[in-house]
Amino acid sequence: MTDLTKLKIAEARDALRKGDVTSVELTEACLSAIDKADALGAFVHKTPEVATRQAKSADDRIKAGGAPDLCGIPLGIKDLFCTKGVPSQAASAILNGFKPEYESTVTSQLFDAGAVMLGKLNMDEFAMGSSNETSTYGNAINPWRRGNDDTALTPGGSSGGSASAVAADLCLAATGTDTGGSIRQPAALTGITGIKPTYGRCSRWGIVAFASSLDQAGPMTKDVRDAAIMLEAMCGHDPKDSTSADLAVPNFEAMLTGDIKGKTIGIPREYRMDGMPDEIETLWSEGRRMLEDAGAVIKDISLPHTKYALPAYYVIAPAEASSNLARYDGVRYGHRAKLAQGDGITDMYEKTRAEGFGPEVQRRVMVGTYVLSAGFYDAYYNRARKVRTLIKKDFEDVFAEGVDAILTPATPSSAFELGKQHTDPVEMYLNDVFTVTVNLAGLPGISVPTGLDSQGLPLGLQLIGRPWEEGDLLNTAYALEQAAGFVAKPTQWW
Amino acid sequence: MSIDIETAARVAKLARIRVEDDALPALAQEFSNILGFIEQLNEVDVEGVEPMVSVEPMRLKRRQDGVTDGGMQDKVLANAPDAREGFFAVPKVVE
Repeated sequence: MTDLTKLKIAEARDALRKGDVTSVELTEACLSAIDKADALGAFVHKTPEVATRQAKSADDRIKAGGAPDLCGIPLGIKDLFCTKGVPSQAASAILNGFKPEYESTVTSQLFDAGAVMLGKLNMDEFAMGSSNETSTYGNAINPWRRGNDDTALTPGGSSGGSASAVAADLCLAATGTDTGGSIRQPAALTGITGIKPTYGRCSRWGIVAFASSLDQAGPMTKDVRDAAIMLEAMCGHDPKDSTSADLAVPNFEAMLTGDIKGKTIGIPREYRMDGMPDEIETLWSEGRRMLEDAGAVIKDISLPHTKYALPAYYVIAPAEASSNLARYDGVRYGHRAKLAQGDGITDMYEKTRAEGFGPEVQRRVMVGTYVLSAGFYDAYYNRARKVRTLIKKDFEDVFAEGVDAILTPATPSSAFELGKQHTDPVEMYLNDVFTVTVNLAGLPGISVPTGLDSQGLPLGLQLIGRPWEEGDLLNTAYALEQAAGFVAKPTQWW
Repeated sequence: MSIDIETAARVAKLARIRVEDDALPALAQEFSNILGFIEQLNEVDVEGVEPMVSVEPMRLKRRQDGVTDGGMQDKVLANAPDAREGFFAVPKVVE
């Protein structure tokens, strides 16, 4: 069998069971592709020994029969997940050398299902960024290019390494996390599928915390079916995360019928932004038509507080980050600054954090500190939480009117040039304009690749679902995927 | 709202991040830009709106107040930059 790394999870699952391929062969093919792809900056810690050991035991398990779907499937793991004995540093210098003594719940569940870890994937530092440019490891690069132009493009962020690795067929799928769009935006910019489930679906235990009320893990895969298979393995109640939901996890794959007749799809008018490229506008109309052709009822809707989602997010997320990142003090793990004669403990904290955190992380921790400080807490933090209530209510209102899912663009543009958006942090924040509302409302959202722009770069559409109805959302995404027929792949240059 | 250099220095101090004096003006400017962006929130009528506490209405699970874990001093200290005699070591805290 050739091109093993190009297999999707579902294809590999079936081939493994037929005995057409072994997990060891699949894993070796991926490890070899990874070794040739250092130019992409996707894998930042390779774990061939772990992978080979896991693949061998997966092969035994498959032979014995009754193995779970993910058994023997080689995956990449975002560096934000704590993996036992393997560097896990959230792409930050402050966690240099950190090797957790424990395994995150999500990766435990994946490994219990027999999945194989190929290594850890690049990301923005502490998941703070939309271009993977804030990583201590350096940039991850998008495997897609503008035609023959060799300008390096961003794979998006924060799960940029995950997106790049899946799009370049270095692994069959990868884990991501999404606080404001960090799964869906990079998925859209690299032509892959990414779903953020409802807040509380996946345990956050063992995932380095950025903004605890917004963070959710999810799969980044080559198609919707794979997303369904992998999401099911990642979900479930965990007593170690008090916000994880004690709800049954359905068989998401079994819900992929492609039948969306009679479903109501909302098109929110507030997502038509000034200055939005025509190509995005066109893609959105085409998506609307595809779902209509598939039998859905299209309804124009209003989500009136959309405009305030980004500013609310940039109060709430930094506030939570300033609190979560207080633990990086040079005492328990990671980096500690060299101290001068006579330096006290406060000097140690301040120097350690100045050396260990990159500029964007420092900026957000300080903004968070400011909005939580005495005298500003009500004006900023409480006001933002009230606006968040209104944003969630916007969605509740349209769902109450019978809307089943909402269709929006996933990103305001295709992949942009690395190094271009550094000057103004606020401009960078606008990348998440279509995705951030979903985190604030705790809803499931999925990005589906639906077309190419005039430069040959992938574009995605986002579908937003009702809380806890990922199965229904995945099915709508499946219908969109079938109608769009997106099969383009980047030309290998690395 | 414009942030002055003194406020920037105070925030850096509160966040326990060392910022050298010559970097403060640029930092203050960045804060001002970001807060200017955030200030759009003042346009929203939030009268009578409850601040969100939990995005999905759910009651936190309760468990028995008992010891569930422990007895792993080695593992707890394994990643410490400086651990001695079973403790985390830090510079002198009390004179």
